[in-house]
Amino acid sequence: MAPSTQNSGPGAPHLFVARHRRFGSSQHARWASIASTISVIGVLAFALWMAPGGKAVREFFLSPSHAWRAFIGDPSEGLSAIWRGFLTNIWMFIVCEILVLIFGLLIAVVRMSSSPILTPLRILSTVYTDFFRGIPVILVLFAVGYGMPGMDLGWISQQSPAVYACIALTITYSAYVAEVYRAGINSVATNQLVAARAIGLRQGATMRYVVLPQAIRNVIPPLLNDFISLQKDTALVSTLGIVDATQAAHIYGSLNFNFAGYTVASLLFLLLTIPMTRLTDRLIDRDRSKRLAFVS
Amino acid sequence: MIELHNVHKQFDQRTVLHGVTLELQAHEVVCLLGSSGSGKSTLLRCINLLERIEQGDIIFRGQSLLDERIDVDLVRRHIGIVFQAFNLFPHLNVLDNITLGPLRALGRPRNEVESEARELLGRIGLGTRSDDYPDQLSGGQQQRVAIARALAMQPDVLLLDEVTSALDPTLVGEVLDLLSDLAIQGTTMLIATHEMQFARDVAHRVALLDAGRLVEVAPAKQFFDNPSQPETIDFLSRVPKTQ
Ligand SMILES: Nc1ncnc2c1ncn2[C@@H]1O[C@H](COP(=O)(O)OP(=O)(O)OP(=O)(O)O)[C@@H](O)[C@H]1O
Ligand SMILES: [Mg+2]
Repeated sequence: MAPSTQNSGPGAPHLFVARHRRFGSSQHARWASIASTISVIGVLAFALWMAPGGKAVREFFLSPSHAWRAFIGDPSEGLSAIWRGFLTNIWMFIVCEILVLIFGLLIAVVRMSSSPILTPLRILSTVYTDFFRGIPVILVLFAVGYGMPGMDLGWISQQSPAVYACIALTITYSAYVAEVYRAGINSVATNQLVAARAIGLRQGATMRYVVLPQAIRNVIPPLLNDFISLQKDTALVSTLGIVDATQAAHIYGSLNFNFAGYTVASLLFLLLTIPMTRLTDRLIDRDRSKRLAFVS
Repeated sequence: MIELHNVHKQFDQRTVLHGVTLELQAHEVVCLLGSSGSGKSTLLRCINLLERIEQGDIIFRGQSLLDERIDVDLVRRHIGIVFQAFNLFPHLNVLDNITLGPLRALGRPRNEVESEARELLGRIGLGTRSDDYPDQLSGGQQQRVAIARALAMQPDVLLLDEVTSALDPTLVGEVLDLLSDLAIQGTTMLIATHEMQFARDVAHRVALLDAGRLVEVAPAKQFFDNPSQPETIDFLSRVPKTQ
């Protein structure tokens, strides 16, 4: 467009060529990353191998025969299978996740409502989120798991430890998730609220049809992050004597004086969480590229 | 249809509307002119009860809107407003943007509401775009959908706040054409605008807001050709003749 581009001299064609291109092609870049990954893993493995206690640690944590026996269990010796324990982690996680999604949303909506009738509930929900985000999960587990049966409240006090564990995890994580929802609700532009009220939608309908759909979409990655934590924290239910994967590994370890079971449990947890972390990253990247599309 | 009596509006200590009095008849189109910051948007928002007024009265269909017992949500269902920045719902497609109000505010049956919405989309020339999302439309198309969204409520009055100001100049025409059609069909409208030619062609009456005061209200031809107030003469002298 500007005529000056034609007479800016012989240097002009190079004006926009990057000066530092370490890796000329994507081929090159791929090899470079593979080589560096292998060497980093190699150094770590070598360190583990050569460490003074390396041999003992390998035997304790990585023995394949122990790992397998811990995984499949051995009823004749009173060993519960880690895989069976892990099923407990999975169902607890699924049940808690669903409950947390519902309660977290309820708490967030109550907390953000402006109706004067809801004032007591609003104060309660504020106290609730402050309280349970501040207490370690394991203490909540103890409080519910030992407290509720101890209260002698008939039906309420006669549930299995698994039920109390679910209650404790749900209580704690609902507080976190409520805050995530709240951030999402706050992220919805006020002009959306005005537009909804301008067509005569009531407050509840505005929340349900205009605010929440946008708010939830905005917070899916942080919600998934909390679920990854929840998946891992199901391991804490072992403190109530529930035989989950961690507890099964622990029993194996104490009877056989070998910790390979812990490695097995860790791998199982990774198997569950890694797809979730990858998905979260994908969503974050997609969001980011969507926003950057307007910049470039 | 709507009467404003001596409407005062303050933000903090600053008075933005100084006793505005204006009456809008059924099927009448009034254009509201005024330089930036004169209070046009504020006035429209007050009528829609998106802002509270401190003094004066707003009478709609014979009822004072300042009455304590008034249900503002009910009032807003009868007074449509369209904003400069469209404010479509980004998570809903075009059809759902239009039907949300009738379905969830008026509680009307879906089949009825959807067929009306499709007809409305045909009228605004977007009959084939009902499944698209707002970000797939041009600014002009989005603003037409925003107008259709307000019309779907079958309001008694439509308030339009500089609905073409955020648009690329090439897209302004399509939106103004839609408003002209609505005017011909007898829609009651109060239109805040900077489009002089449009005001001259379409408005029955034109009003000028100057620093929160309504200085002149006159039939369109008289307003432009034979203004009586010095503020109007000054205002008209400052805008370019051809639009
Ligand atoms: N929410 C608010 N709080 C404080 N002051 C406000 C608020 N909204 C508007 N104002 C002030 O009121 C005055 C009138 O604003 P308004 O938006 O009504 O003007 P306008 O005529 O619509 O201008 P424009 O043509 O730029 O849209 C301005 O001085 C503005 O700063
Ligand atoms: Mg304005």
